[in-house]
Amino acid sequence: MSSTGEALGKFDEWIGMVRARLGLRPREPKETYPFYRHTIPVRVLHWINAICMVMMLLTGLQIFNAHPALYWGKSADFDHPILSMTAQGTAEHYWGVTQIGPWTFNTDGVFGVSDTDGVKTVRGFPEWATFPGPSPNLAIGRLWHFFIAWILVLNGLAYFAWVFWSGHFRKELLPTKQNLKDLPHEIVTHAQLKFPKGEAAKHYNGLQRLTYFVAIFVFGPLIVLTGLTMSPTMDSAFPILLWVFGGRQSARTIHFILAFSFLGFFIVHMLALLLSHPINGLRSMITGRFAIEKDDAHG
Amino acid sequence: MADPVHRRGFLKRGAATAAVISVAGCSDPSQSPPVRTILGEVENLTRRAQRLFAGGHALAPEFTKADIAPVFRANGTLNPGTNDYAIAAAEGFKNWRIKVGGLVEKPLDLGLTDLKAFPPRTQITRHDCVEGWSCIGQWTGAPLSLILAAARPKSTARYVVFHCADPMGEDGFDAAGNLVPAPHYYESLDLLEATHPQTILAYDLNGAPLPVQNGAPVRLRAERQLGYKMPKYIQTIELMEDFSRIGGGKGGYWEDQGYTWYGGI
Repeated sequence: MSSTGEALGKFDEWIGMVRARLGLRPREPKETYPFYRHTIPVRVLHWINAICMVMMLLTGLQIFNAHPALYWGKSADFDHPILSMTAQGTAEHYWGVTQIGPWTFNTDGVFGVSDTDGVKTVRGFPEWATFPGPSPNLAIGRLWHFFIAWILVLNGLAYFAWVFWSGHFRKELLPTKQNLKDLPHEIVTHAQLKFPKGEAAKHYNGLQRLTYFVAIFVFGPLIVLTGLTMSPTMDSAFPILLWVFGGRQSARTIHFILAFSFLGFFIVHMLALLLSHPINGLRSMITGRFAIEKDDAHG
Repeated sequence: MADPVHRRGFLKRGAATAAVISVAGCSDPSQSPPVRTILGEVENLTRRAQRLFAGGHALAPEFTKADIAPVFRANGTLNPGTNDYAIAAAEGFKNWRIKVGGLVEKPLDLGLTDLKAFPPRTQITRHDCVEGWSCIGQWTGAPLSLILAAARPKSTARYVVFHCADPMGEDGFDAAGNLVPAPHYYESLDLLEATHPQTILAYDLNGAPLPVQNGAPVRLRAERQLGYKMPKYIQTIELMEDFSRIGGGKGGYWEDQGYTWYGGI
């Protein structure tokens, strides 16, 4: 227990340093009272989801590396990919390039060509971005991706059931008209890194509601459906999927874009946590308790 | 794309690397037997779930002539490279025979003209490679269901195994100095997928005889499956109760390298 406390203390110190670097005022310790913020189902499902999402990205990139190019439409126009990560040069001297639309970038060392166990290797994403890693093994990447996909989808369905049944969806997640009106103001205050305090910190603000709503209820189902659209058997069962997403190759491209949207969500999620109340926020997703600063509370 | 390395060699290298890793006993958790068992069970779960929706007869989408790719991308073996095959190709495959046997009441021995005597089916479909790309082409061939009906499978038959003319890799020698011939490509479908209306033994691509690189003279089309489930250069069709004694025992060349037997996703 004490070692955990020490670690949290060190972490708090480090956050203080980061805040100082960013020119932010040091946080003054204030008197707080605990507020039960996250219910057990939300906390458990959150962490299962977090692990699954990370694994889905890493195994997904392992699969992507089998053909590191994206297309639009029903089939692949091999001469005109939307994006490709390839090697250029000769067998002796080659380097990695990434092409996006009409633009080509030298991305040697990261995309196209990167080190695998110290050997310069032609591969889309580098070893560190893939699971299970060094070998370019598509078969194993697929086994893991589809295994975790089942857990992710079942976990997601359990979460949907819980938030609708408990009223959490209506009370905390569905953006209200007022939320949308306040949005410009909230974007400005968030950009200034001013975060809600006191009573306001007990509920998701409009920006949070909108972000969580889109990520969970729009991007979540879409990334599952675009994934299934890549399955020839699912296309025979539900040809409408091809119509909705504009073909199998479009679905693959959208699947890829959504995966990186989730990566963007994750980065912002982490920044928001680190810059607002890192320990408090992290603890609230573990124990459920979030400390509310007393002097800011209205009654 | 001017990529000198990926494309096909990828799969073979991947398989070789996987073999090296499993021999070396790497720390990759995917190699541990219980994990492999769980991942294998997930394959069965996926197959059952997909079959629940697609059933036996949901058709793969068909496309129009405008969707056909100018050149149908060839993958895997581009030419079996054996003397027998070279002779057969030089003869225009007029002596090519496809034998149907195993657990059947009436074994068949079919030449190309016999195959073409079955009422043909033509379909413009999308070929989905396990690597991620797709290509659209028009295939004409004999429905496998008709050929199986003619051969009358015995009630114990569960799988249709396809043996092909293309050796995968080189002949070699084992430690005792015995010749170990290269394994040939093989694949298998269960009867549900084998008797699907779009499952055909194709001899024409885009209205012309199948080119060598696409599997001449006869390849399988199983349109609800990935590309590796559709063997080329087919020589023998064997009905079996189980395929565990063929090749590596997993039901196909790529399955023996770690790919799933169910290729619907």
